[in-house]
Amino acid sequence: MKAVIAFLLLMVPALAAPVADTFSNPAMETRARNLQRQFRCLVCAGENVDESGSPFSADVRRLIREQIAAGQSDGQIQDFLVARYGDVILMKPPVQPDTWLLWLTPFLVLGAGGVVAWVVVKKAAARSA
Amino acid sequence: MTGELGQLALCFALALSLVMAVAGLIGTRTEANAARRVATSSALGFLVFVVLAFAALTYAFVTSDFSVALVAGHSHTLKPLVYKISGVWGNHEGSMLLWVLVLALYAGMVAFLQRGGERLTSGALGVQGLLAAAFILFILFTSNPFLRLDPAPFEGAGLTPLLQDPGLAMHPPMLYAGYVGLSASFSYAAAALLVGEAGWARAARPFMLIAWIALTSGIALGSWWAYYELGWGGFWGWDPVENASLMPWLIATALLHSALATEKSGAFRTWTLLLAIAGFSMSLIGTFLVRSGVLSSVHAFASDPTRGFFIMVLIALAIGGALALFAWRAPTLQGGAAFEPASRETALLLNNVFLVAACACVFAGTLYPLILDALNGTKITVGPPYYAITFAPIFFALLLLVPFGPQLGWKRGDLKAAWHSLYPALGLAAIAAIAVLAIVAPRTIAATGAFAVAAWLIGASIIDVRKRKGARASAFAAALAHAGLGITLMGVAGTTAWRSEAITVAAPGQSFTVGPYTLRFDGVSRVKGPNYIADRAHIVVMNDGKPGAVLQPEHRLYPAEGQDMSDTAIRTTGLRDLYLALGDERDDGRFALRAYVSPLAPLIWIGGLLMALGGMLSLWGRLRAPAREPTAPAVVQAAE
Repeated sequence: MKAVIAFLLLMVPALAAPVADTFSNPAMETRARNLQRQFRCLVCAGENVDESGSPFSADVRRLIREQIAAGQSDGQIQDFLVARYGDVILMKPPVQPDTWLLWLTPFLVLGAGGVVAWVVVKKAAARSA
Repeated sequence: MTGELGQLALCFALALSLVMAVAGLIGTRTEANAARRVATSSALGFLVFVVLAFAALTYAFVTSDFSVALVAGHSHTLKPLVYKISGVWGNHEGSMLLWVLVLALYAGMVAFLQRGGERLTSGALGVQGLLAAAFILFILFTSNPFLRLDPAPFEGAGLTPLLQDPGLAMHPPMLYAGYVGLSASFSYAAAALLVGEAGWARAARPFMLIAWIALTSGIALGSWWAYYELGWGGFWGWDPVENASLMPWLIATALLHSALATEKSGAFRTWTLLLAIAGFSMSLIGTFLVRSGVLSSVHAFASDPTRGFFIMVLIALAIGGALALFAWRAPTLQGGAAFEPASRETALLLNNVFLVAACACVFAGTLYPLILDALNGTKITVGPPYYAITFAPIFFALLLLVPFGPQLGWKRGDLKAAWHSLYPALGLAAIAAIAVLAIVAPRTIAATGAFAVAAWLIGASIIDVRKRKGARASAFAAALAHAGLGITLMGVAGTTAWRSEAITVAAPGQSFTVGPYTLRFDGVSRVKGPNYIADRAHIVVMNDGKPGAVLQPEHRLYPAEGQDMSDTAIRTTGLRDLYLALGDERDDGRFALRAYVSPLAPLIWIGGLLMALGGMLSLWGRLRAPAREPTAPAVVQAAE
């Protein structure tokens, strides 16, 4: 698998940095960078659009910057990219019926563990008394 | 010739592992002394033949015997010797052979050390034998490393340049020592269920420790490799492959703590058994994820499922069998320890609750997208933001509680006294929080909280050390490991919150700044490595206008593999890294450059090293202590 990842990483030219396309307005630039980190490079292994050097990421960065320049809000830009590429582009999985279990599992396990621990400690304390 | 010898050795190893399995399991009967001797000697013989098979493959790689298909596919005559050797496990087939080699080493250690009662050891060898036989069958039928190629090519295809790195040469053996090391605890637990012996936690403790040390070091090494090799300055990406190693680590950590309670006070007997089973199950699931191809695409897996299917059946048998054994036998083992709510037992129990929840989080995050895709084709990404919302708070809560454990006595502790003795650590945490808020910009709640918790952990460790002054060295193991956690946390928080970066395209002679540094790009020269050609950039760190240190990141082309990659240059003060990566050349003679300043980054790995050292300290104390508690009863009474 390491080899597969290595291969995927190598398919993209290393460090084709997003230099040409920067906003001179620092607030807009910060917004663009923040947004870029929220979307996944779909042809890479786990990299976001901001850090990846793939042509795909360059495209998405350009799209994001076009939309920002056109005055779209962050939410609108996200909707646009999701409509175009699907939920898979979101680094943060959406909260919807088929991901409820994903979001709840850690806390369900924590809660169940807490209840079991409570019972175990009570019993042990009863024996100890 | 060596290829055939290797194949033959592997077949003998298979036969011996089957003998070991049968004899070992028969040896769990009280009177079966002969079977126990057979199990022990076949374990050692099994080890010898696996070593021979592995040596044969290594020989083929070192001598570039391209008539072996695996060597032709993954090696090259121009490769430096160390990467010819690491090439042995830089591919699927060879890495599975390494897996079996590590399994054999642990079986050999179990047979050699004979820890615990003779029936217990025999049972453990029997289970190791079953696992070994299953994995050798997997290798022989789906992943044979000794297959020949006719005609032999003149030159090999080479090894992915990313893997040609000292860190990654050592990473898989280290990680496997951890993954597979959990098989020893698993086998001891299964044997304990079979023979009903209580001393298993003590007998298996060194194996748990070795596995944990190896996993800790392996994960740290892997993350260090990702940091300096992948060129984006990150150290952990919540990638499924990384998660596959984190899950066994979380369970192994829980197991170490729970087994301590089982051993010292007889608490959580069944739970510790279950954790030992779960720990190795996580290793198996990790192996399945990494080796079956299911991660790259569920559909790629479905189109060539031979390997994945085989591992899946293997996992189902191992985990299912162990759980069935557990369900059948565990009720007879229940001791039901007595302890007060304020006691070390309760602290260790809470440790386990949080660690298991953290593992559940990584488990869900790793497997959910695969399951969802397989069920209805919905594709989602579970990226770092998911773990920031789920894993981070759970782990944070755990860290808050860590200092209490060592301060509370067994059975009956004094919470008030524990609190009282921890006041200085609380003070240190407050000072750390205020200092971070006052001095460092930008201010972030997460970083402030992380530094407070880190100070809390380190302060508590110092208090613990002072309290135990004069004790044996191994008494300080927990303090060292917990302090290591705090130090890693500082590193993670520092780089995450305060990293500065500069991405630029520079012409020779041009200067740019990143964080507090001013750097001058002095152009690029062409250099020739043993099996690559590189553009080597010369970048000078300027101190008040005067040139200082020179950093030389490279962009390498590996002609044999037809791939290019960047070799980063890192200059560290021990507390701060200046990190440079060279990108590709633009048409006008300018080069893309990436520079990061990562404050406290080295602490991430220093902390990991301290944790591993803590484990080693404990192991050292263990190997000097007798394997069986002299006063403990050897056989558990059935529940009253």
